[in-house]
Amino acid sequence: MLEVTSTRHNPLIDPHLSVWSWEIPLYLFVGGIVAGMMVLAGLAMRRIAKGEDPRRFFSMQTPLLGFVLMNIGMLALLLDLTHRLYVWRIFTTFQVTSPMAWGSWVLIIVYGVLLLSALIRLPDAWPWLGRTVPLIKRLSDTLIAQPSWIAALGWANIVLGVGLGIYTGILLNTMVARPLWNSAILGPLFLVSGLSAGAAVMHIAATLLQGRSAPQGMVGGAFSALLQPLGAQHPEKSTAQSLVRYDQIFLVTELVFIGLLLINLQTSSASHAVAASLITTGPYALPFWLGVVGVGVLLPLAWQGLELSHKVAHTVLPAVLVLAGGFTLRWVMVNAGQISEITPFLSLGQ
Amino acid sequence: MPRFGMVIDTRKCVGCMDCVVACQTENDVPSGFCRDWITTEVRGTFPSLTMEIRSERCNHCDNPPCVSCCPTGASHVEDFGRTVQVTANKCIGCKACIAACPYDARFVHPQGYVDKCSFCIHRVKDGLDPACVSVCPTHCMHFGDLDDPKSAVNALLRARQHHSLLPEAGTRPRIFYLT
Repeated sequence: MLEVTSTRHNPLIDPHLSVWSWEIPLYLFVGGIVAGMMVLAGLAMRRIAKGEDPRRFFSMQTPLLGFVLMNIGMLALLLDLTHRLYVWRIFTTFQVTSPMAWGSWVLIIVYGVLLLSALIRLPDAWPWLGRTVPLIKRLSDTLIAQPSWIAALGWANIVLGVGLGIYTGILLNTMVARPLWNSAILGPLFLVSGLSAGAAVMHIAATLLQGRSAPQGMVGGAFSALLQPLGAQHPEKSTAQSLVRYDQIFLVTELVFIGLLLINLQTSSASHAVAASLITTGPYALPFWLGVVGVGVLLPLAWQGLELSHKVAHTVLPAVLVLAGGFTLRWVMVNAGQISEITPFLSLGQ
Repeated sequence: MPRFGMVIDTRKCVGCMDCVVACQTENDVPSGFCRDWITTEVRGTFPSLTMEIRSERCNHCDNPPCVSCCPTGASHVEDFGRTVQVTANKCIGCKACIAACPYDARFVHPQGYVDKCSFCIHRVKDGLDPACVSVCPTHCMHFGDLDDPKSAVNALLRARQHHSLLPEAGTRPRIFYLT
């Protein structure tokens, strides 16, 4: 028998760590979506650089939407900070061993690349902006006339998107004190979940906004630029279907990575096995199995499979489920991870 | 340059919490928080029971995960004594260091920055022991330079069996408990 008592009673630390609430899961989730959208937009840019019509690629609208979503994530991150007035301190130094420092600096580059990528379609999507600020139109025209620049921008999107997606997992992964996070598969898992969620956001936008033309005004045009920069053009009919095909690959990969994560933890130390049980049989088992695996992966996988084989009508519901599952994955991992701890051998009842 | 550490004799500690109160007074620790605390472990099956009472705090690790994860350098290893310190006006309150510490030795100060035991470095610079060590009625706590072979802490570590907390975390803690 081992009985441990402690006089410590620090808020948010005892009886177990709970320093991160909804803000960090939301930030990781939105970061994953943006990462996924960047990779998909980057792939489209590679094809545009080879001479294909930019209007064919619905994903070309996503850089600006990604920019807005990233701001939502950053707002969540800011809300999480407890010493907010000093947030600028991150950018007065570069701490090479800190994943958070790397993430902060990479996000600056991500912002730049997103805005530059948005320039490719922005004047068409938001005519008011092109008329009011001719410089933006000229920049856009120059960019479109240089396939090598678009190709380079495409690569930048892909590399940064993959980096951002993996970073959201590595951020947690490096904390040795929380065994649930101590698996290198967490980075790739969050990346592939982000790819799936990014495809889901594009899928929803492409489906719901078909057939609208870009408003000429300032406010309406701005909205349109976020979600429909194709002007009067309809997204290609195959857009939603190709996104679903991509998503099927992402979901199967996600399922494999979830399996690998559990195997990894179960076959590590006793602390890791105890940590894994938090999500497999413990207090987070229901949201994990039902929310993440069931609603977030298996259900959309089966549903979209039926859609692709034309057995059921196409809807955006699987994409909505993917988004719900993507957020639940981050929420479960952040919360259960905080409870997990290195368990001394004698505490395990041996 | 010294490398400060602490040696605590669990056979002398009675868990009176003088060290906790001294720390709160010396460092103006806000009400409801603590930089150090008492942990009591009872092991075995009645009637063969053993009990270990420990005064615990930040371990000022040689390989501090709180420092390597800090994005601003607020958590840092100070040159003097190689102790782990927090610069309040560099801390953004991201709490990564709190999540990274396997000893849960840190907390968010009501003013927003992260706070923890400083080994009373302001006293040590004046040649004094940390407040907790100086008030201990059983003299079970010892503070000194782990790199000095002639220091009292090293003499105790050579003479007595000891352990540290969660060595498997790889943090190389610098507080040792004599058993």
